[in-house]
Amino acid sequence: MTTVQEPSQVKLTEFEDNDQKPVGFGRMLRKEDARLLRGRGRFVDDVQLPGMLHLAILRSPFAHANIVSIDTSAAEASPGVKAVVTGETLKGLGLAWMPTLSNDVQAVLATDKVRFQGQEVAFVVAEDRYQARDALELIDVEYDVLDPVIDVRRALEPDAPIIRTDLEGKNDNHVFDWETGDEEETNRVFAEADVIVKEDIVYPRVHPAPMETCGSVADFDPVEGKLRLWSTTQAPHAHRTLYAIVAGIPEHKIQVIAPDIGGGFGNKVPIYPGYVHSIVGSIVTGKPVKWMEDRSENLISTGFARDYIMRAEIAATREGKILAIRTNVLADHGAFNGTAAPVKYPAGFFGVFTGSYDLQAAHCKMTAVYTNKAPGGVAYACSFRITEAVYLVERIVDVLAYELQMDPAELRLKNFIQKDQFPYTTKTGWVYDSGDYEPTMRLAMEMAGYDELRKEQAEKRARGELMGIGISFFTEAVGAGPRKDMDILGLGMADGCELRVHPTGKAVVRLSVKTQGQGHETTFAQIIAEELGIPPADIDVVHGDTDNTPFGLGTYGSRSTPVSGAAAALVARKVRDKAKLIASAMLEVSVADIDWVKGSFSVKGDPGKSVTIQDIAMRAHGAGDLPDGMEGGLEAQICYNPSNLTYPHGAYICVVDVDPGTAEVKVRRFIAVDDCGTRINPMIIEGQVHGGLTDGVGMALMEMISFDEDGNCLGASLMDYLIPTALEVPDWETGYTVTPSPHHPIGAKGVGESATVGSPPAIVNAVVDALKPYGIRHADMPLTPSRVWDAMRGQATPPI
Amino acid sequence: MQVTVTVNGVEYTKEIEGRLLLVHFLRDTLGLTGTHWGCDTSNCGTCVVWMDGEPVKSCTVLAAMAGGREVRTVEGLANGAELDPIQEGFRQCHGLQCGFCTPGMLMTCRHLLDKNPDPTEGEIREAISGQICRCTGYSSIVRSVRWAAVHEAEAAETKEEAVAQ
Repeated sequence: MTTVQEPSQVKLTEFEDNDQKPVGFGRMLRKEDARLLRGRGRFVDDVQLPGMLHLAILRSPFAHANIVSIDTSAAEASPGVKAVVTGETLKGLGLAWMPTLSNDVQAVLATDKVRFQGQEVAFVVAEDRYQARDALELIDVEYDVLDPVIDVRRALEPDAPIIRTDLEGKNDNHVFDWETGDEEETNRVFAEADVIVKEDIVYPRVHPAPMETCGSVADFDPVEGKLRLWSTTQAPHAHRTLYAIVAGIPEHKIQVIAPDIGGGFGNKVPIYPGYVHSIVGSIVTGKPVKWMEDRSENLISTGFARDYIMRAEIAATREGKILAIRTNVLADHGAFNGTAAPVKYPAGFFGVFTGSYDLQAAHCKMTAVYTNKAPGGVAYACSFRITEAVYLVERIVDVLAYELQMDPAELRLKNFIQKDQFPYTTKTGWVYDSGDYEPTMRLAMEMAGYDELRKEQAEKRARGELMGIGISFFTEAVGAGPRKDMDILGLGMADGCELRVHPTGKAVVRLSVKTQGQGHETTFAQIIAEELGIPPADIDVVHGDTDNTPFGLGTYGSRSTPVSGAAAALVARKVRDKAKLIASAMLEVSVADIDWVKGSFSVKGDPGKSVTIQDIAMRAHGAGDLPDGMEGGLEAQICYNPSNLTYPHGAYICVVDVDPGTAEVKVRRFIAVDDCGTRINPMIIEGQVHGGLTDGVGMALMEMISFDEDGNCLGASLMDYLIPTALEVPDWETGYTVTPSPHHPIGAKGVGESATVGSPPAIVNAVVDALKPYGIRHADMPLTPSRVWDAMRGQATPPI
Repeated sequence: MQVTVTVNGVEYTKEIEGRLLLVHFLRDTLGLTGTHWGCDTSNCGTCVVWMDGEPVKSCTVLAAMAGGREVRTVEGLANGAELDPIQEGFRQCHGLQCGFCTPGMLMTCRHLLDKNPDPTEGEIREAISGQICRCTGYSSIVRSVRWAAVHEAEAAETKEEAVAQ
C-alpha cells in the first residue's frame, strides 16, 4: 500500500504539466469540457425539433383527496392547446398505472384519488410552454379532501386512513418488514455487555435537487413505429426496457437518448410520470413533445432521499471494545414504493450499518410504510441507503465515546477491522473485499493536526468558545452488482462494453453507463489508453444512446468504475490479446516471445524490433493474410458481471465553530482522506469528493424537505430548501491512500458517493462535540441555527 | 410587441409576447441554449447573463426589458477557437463537472475579474454566492478564477514588455 498526501491547494505551476502523461492513468484535463465551457453542451431542454410542442402537468394541491370530477373543456379551448389528457384518458389506453423500480405501481395520472401534494392529475400539450401553463389554470378539478397521513408513526396506527386503496385487499399502510443479522445472538451479547448506549437518530427527508431538473422530449414516428426519447436519465437502457413493458412499444423500436445531463445524484434513476406523459403526448398529437419540469415540481414530486427514523443501540466493554450494534428503523417510503434498489434489497445496502468495526453480533429490524408524501427514497448519492447506515454507526459510536469519556479517534482505532482480516465477512453477511483502515485514519489525523486541534479546543472551552472536532470513518459498498444476487425488475446488474479500433489506430468505446458530470468521456478513454496504449485523445467515448451502446444498467450507486470500468479494461485486454497474435505474425516470432510495453509489442530481448498498436490496427483491416483462422478487424465486446461489490473507505475530520450568541455553525476546516483503490484520474476523484462533502454540509446543516400537518411540502423552492453556496463551505483538504480491490481488473473502487456518505456524520459529530459543555451527546440534522439554539437550551426536538 | 436586442454583438429584432422571459428569449427565440434555466426564484444563477455589462439573472428579467440593451452570454466569451482566460481557468482547474451551472458561473466570474483583476478567495466566494453548483464544492471554481487572474496578469505583463521593446 502506498500512502501519499495530495496537496489540497494545487500549485499554479502544476497546471503547466497537465497533459504530459498522454497515455493511461493520472491527472488529465477533461475531454467533455470543450463543449460545456462554450455553452455548446446539449441538455434535454436544448433539444429543438421541427413542430415540437410543449407539455405542462397539472398537479394536486392536496396531499390526500378523492377526485370527484375533472372538467377540461375550457383548457381544450385555450389558445395553442393541442391536447388535454387526464387519468381517465390513460385508463382507456391501459396506461393509468406503471410499475415502479420496487415492483409497486405508481399512477401515471391519478384516476381515483391523489396521494401526495404535487401528484400528476392531468397534462396539457400546447404550441409553446407559456400556453401550456396558461391552460393548466383552466382545468377544473373537484376534490373531496381526505385526512392525510404525514407522520410514519401515525401511518401504522390501526385507525390511520388507508393510502393505497388501489391495492386489492390492502387494509393498512405497511410496505414491508425487513430484517438482517442474528437477533438472538445480538441480544445475548447485549445482555452480557458492560455498557449499552441507546439513541434515537433521525435522517430527515432531503432532495438531490440537481441543477438541471427532469424532463424529456418524445418523438414518436407513427410510420416506422419508432419512439425516440431524449430524457434526463442515468439509466437509458433500463428505461428503454421498462418503456417497452409499460407502453407496449417493441424494445427495438425505442431509442432512449440521454444527452448531457445536468447532475443526477440519483434523482434521475426512476421513470417519472412526466416522461410517460411526453410519450403519450407525442403519440396523441403526432408531433415531438417536450416536458421540462420547473424547480418546484422537481422538489415536490421527484425522488427524495432518506427519511429514516432509527433507534440505535451499541454494546461495548468498559475499555471501549465494541461488541454489537442493533437498530430498529421506521422508513417513510411516501405514497408509492418507488425505491430504486436491487429487488432482493428492499432497504438497499443498509445492512452495512456495522461500519468499519469488528463486531461480535449485529441485528436490524425495519418497517417501511406508506405516507401521503412523494415517492422515492434511494437517491442523493446514497449508495443504496449506505448514507443512512454510515450516519447511524458513526453517530452511535460517537455517543459511545461520549459515555465512555474516550477520544472518538481512539475508540475507532481500537475497533477497526484489521488489514489481515480481509476479505472480511460482516455479521450481516457483507464480504468487504479489501481495506487497511488505520493508515487512512492516521493520515487524516496527521493532516488535521488532531492533537493540536484538541489542545486548541480545550483552550477555547476554557474561554467559553464553542469549537468542535468531528470524525467519521466509513466503509462503502459500491458497484452493484453480482447478478446472482442483484437485479432491478429482473434486469441483472451487469454492464456491456464494446471497443472498436479503426484502421488508423483511433478507437471508439461504447458504454452502457452514462455520465451526469463524472467525466466518463475522459476516464474511460484513460482506461482504454492504459490497457492498449492508444492516447486518450484518439479514443471516442460513446454513451447515453441505446441505439449505439450495449445494454447495461447505468450510472448510480457509484457503479460506473466498479462495473463498467472493469468492462472497459477487460474489453481492451481482449483486443490486446488479438493484437498480440497479429504482432507475432508481423514480427515472425511466436506469441510467447512477444513483450508488451504500453502502445507497442516487441520481440523479447530485441526491443528495437517492434510494432505499434496503430501498425497492428492497419494490418488487422488491411491487405495481406492474418494468422490462420483469424477474422479481420480489431474489436471486441464484453458483458461484465462483477463477482462482488467494491468497498472503498475513508476517514473524515471536520472542525466547526459555533457562535454561542447566534448558534450559527461555521465549518472551518474539513479534511477528507479517501481510499478508492487504484486512482484513474486524481483530478476527477478530487472533484467527486469535493462535491460530496458539499452535499454533506447541506444535509448536516441546511437541507430538509419538511411538511406541515396538511401535507403541504415546505421545501418547494430553493428559497425554502437551502443548498450550500460557496460561503457555507470551506476550502476542502483532501488526501488519499490506495488499497486496490482484489477482484477488479484494475483494482479500482467507486468514489462518486463516498463523500456524501461519509461527511454528514463528521459534521454532526463536530457540532455535538462543540456543544459538549452543554451536556449534549446528540442533536438531529439539519443543525440550523434555530435547532442548535434549542439544543443549547436543552430543548432539542427531532425534526420529524 | 417588437423588441430589438443586441446579443454578443449581433442585433436581433423579434416579435415577442410581453411576458416572455429573457432566458426563454435567448434559448427558444434565438436558439442560444448556452444560458440555462434552473430554479424560477433567482436562487441558482445558472441563467446569469450580462445586460449592459452587468450580470443579471435572466429568469427574472423580461425580454422586453432587454430592448435597446447589449446582452452578453456564454456564447460570447470565447474569441473563435481561443477560450477566454476564465474558460481556460475552469478547464485547467476542473471548475466544472456536469457543466449546467457553468455558463452562469463563467459570466459572473468574468465580471468579477473585469472589476477586480486580483481577487482573494473570499472575494471570489462572495462574488459567486448568488449561484449554486451541486458538483464541484466550489474550491475548484475558486482555483479556476485564481488561475485566470494569474494568467491574465502574466499576459498583460508580457504585452507591456513587448510594447516597451
